[in-house]
Amino acid sequence: MRRIFTTEPKGLARLYLWLGLAAVIIGTLLSLLMRIHRTWPQVAMPLHGVIKPEDYLALVTMHGTLMVFFVLTVVPQSAFPNLVLPAQIGSKKMALPRLNAAAFWITSASLLVLLAAFFVPEGAPIAGWTSYPPLSAVAAAGPGQATGMDLWLVAIVLFCLAAVMGSASILATILLRRASGLTFGRLPLTVWSWMVSSGLTVIAFSALFLAAVLLLSDRHLGTSYFLPAGLVVNGIPQAAGSGSPMLWLHLFWFFGHPEVYIVVLPGMGLASSLLANFTRRPVPGYWLMVASTLLIGVLGLGVWGHHMFVSGMNPYAGTAFGLTTMAIAIPSSAEVLTWLAMMFRGRLRVNTPLLFVLGFVSFFIAGGLTGPILAQPALDAYLHNTFFVVAHFHLVMAMAGVFSIFAGIYYWYPLLTGRRMNEVLGQIHFWISLIAAYGTFYPMHLAGLAGEPRHYAQLRGPVESFAKLIPVERGITSSAFLLAAVQLVFLFNVFWSARAKVALAGANPWKATTLEWSGEEHPMTDRGPYEYGSATGRSEDFRPQWKAEKPF
Amino acid sequence: MNWLPPNGALRGIALDHLLGWNLTIVFWLFVAAQASFVVALARRWMGRGGTGEGVPWRGRYFILHVLPLAAITGLYLWMLVTGHRLWAARREMAMPARALEVEVTGVQFQWYFRYPGPDGEYGTTKPNLVSAPAGNPLGVDPGDPRGADDVVSAVMMLPAGRPVEITLRAQDVIHGFFVPGMRLKQDAIPGMAGHLSFTPETPGDYAILCSQVCGLGHDRMQARMRVVSPEQFAAWLAAREAPR
Repeated sequence: MRRIFTTEPKGLARLYLWLGLAAVIIGTLLSLLMRIHRTWPQVAMPLHGVIKPEDYLALVTMHGTLMVFFVLTVVPQSAFPNLVLPAQIGSKKMALPRLNAAAFWITSASLLVLLAAFFVPEGAPIAGWTSYPPLSAVAAAGPGQATGMDLWLVAIVLFCLAAVMGSASILATILLRRASGLTFGRLPLTVWSWMVSSGLTVIAFSALFLAAVLLLSDRHLGTSYFLPAGLVVNGIPQAAGSGSPMLWLHLFWFFGHPEVYIVVLPGMGLASSLLANFTRRPVPGYWLMVASTLLIGVLGLGVWGHHMFVSGMNPYAGTAFGLTTMAIAIPSSAEVLTWLAMMFRGRLRVNTPLLFVLGFVSFFIAGGLTGPILAQPALDAYLHNTFFVVAHFHLVMAMAGVFSIFAGIYYWYPLLTGRRMNEVLGQIHFWISLIAAYGTFYPMHLAGLAGEPRHYAQLRGPVESFAKLIPVERGITSSAFLLAAVQLVFLFNVFWSARAKVALAGANPWKATTLEWSGEEHPMTDRGPYEYGSATGRSEDFRPQWKAEKPF
Repeated sequence: MNWLPPNGALRGIALDHLLGWNLTIVFWLFVAAQASFVVALARRWMGRGGTGEGVPWRGRYFILHVLPLAAITGLYLWMLVTGHRLWAARREMAMPARALEVEVTGVQFQWYFRYPGPDGEYGTTKPNLVSAPAGNPLGVDPGDPRGADDVVSAVMMLPAGRPVEITLRAQDVIHGFFVPGMRLKQDAIPGMAGHLSFTPETPGDYAILCSQVCGLGHDRMQARMRVVSPEQFAAWLAAREAPR
């Protein structure tokens, strides 16, 4: 019981990792059902039968919600900070420990409420993870839009609450519990990332919390924040309202875009730290990286309108949001170029965590490069809501996010088990995942260019593209199955490497400099986070933050 | 670029051109970036690769970082300017006087197209008059004389070469009016009247899709845009107006 109702951060990290694992397994299975249906629409599923169009939309909605919130947010923004953040700043505990522990329990409740939507009459909601009203506001608008939609909204309300509580704890920890001498200029870049992503979480998830509460109020209390006058659903006129669905779009995307950075910023910090370690060189331009991280955070709050270029908002707003979006590409490019420079100039120590970091950078580039295309309202007017966008965000957010999660797990695994994960299995996992992930998501660009919209249960885009797309769709499905299958190697490795037989890795197996590897609490430090390199004539090629230059 | 369905709109040519350039540049940048990973790893496996340990970054850092960043910022600037020129041409122009007006309404899971008729004005619609089975899917008020000559169609007939001014509406939920062949997309949002203009050039049939998830029939919510000669269009419209 003590291990379960714990306020100890490492224990919470374990719990968050289990929760993320459960969510990613379900979310992946849902996506495989979608791929089967798109490729072989008539195939009957065991225990279910043929997938109906509304079933497909329920799969899309639940897949997106599970992956975005319970995997891509929970692991980098809740599990990893609990695992290493206090230790990285020389503390054993988080600030506000009970608030932090309560966040986990509310997140779990949120997951259970969300999954319950599968088991209510009419099943899960079908409005997609963005849940635009009036589809999400009027129960008569479709199957799953009654109880299923209510459960979805309650799950979101709970998740937002937990996310803000967890992030408040992270921010307080960074501000209050740093070791003496650990100035802002000596913080590892992961800590800077969590500072920015937690700030974004507090702001963005508050907006989503508000939106979800208002939508629940529209559904049950007779308000009309999102419902306009003159609505006729299923031939039945609805009660006159005076609101607008546009309000939801603004509130949702005011959350939705910063959310992307909440997902990838921790990965970006991790990439810098790991590249420094596995090339044995300091991060060049530390303050440039910090400034880029902060700039991404600030600009990230001002780009939400690029999700709304085709919503019919004022064209000048399209121009303004296009400008801010192009601007945010610059600090992102600055970070990418720093990583590439580090990769080229340093001597790479090739191992699984490094490979997954390189994979993260590779996907971040692959998906990031189509960002400036979609940031042009005129081009987005063709590409919006096609598979081109599906390809874009699965590469830049989902695959980059997942690969950074894998990098973190392979790298920090010794903190949890005292052992390293098996290297051979790790590299097999990496190479097959890399190839299968590109095979799954890169060809989706072509489907998008051919005009195939997303959320279609079957291939029904422009007639001209049918014949061309069928082999592409089959290839995507095969790749998706390979991608899912090779994750079994990872799962096996997680358990296999924890056996008592596996040799202990010892303290600091990666010869790292940051404080989480010292194994004890460190009230003081007097050096920066990335002091690698042997040129200064020492026996070791690194100086950890916990070894004092001179006695304090 | 031959993945795109054939273009039938005047402004589609400029869009295809710009999109083609964007895709080409971005694709080769992608290839270059991925090649750099292969080179870095290959150098390592062949036992080479910059030792770099302890070597100050300064001069190298400038070449490896500042110059590429300046170049890529220049690229973003070019994208910004060209993209917005096209956006301005497409969205910020006054409606030409000879434009054909069509009202497009999205309803689960159907598109309706209304032409204002000879008087050039649409009749008012009322939510409680909406009844598809009774032949009045848009709820046009029979008490309004302006609506008497309105033509409601399930096919979007358009004359080639004449600018079209669309008023975009939705009755129940948000729908996405998407005509891939005309490079045209905008959301139809309940309670709002969206505006969209374009000029169809090449006669032929074009698919109209729904691009915003709208319920269980989302993927079946398709209609046809048929672009014909001005004479054929006039004949069609006259035939539709006649029975009234």
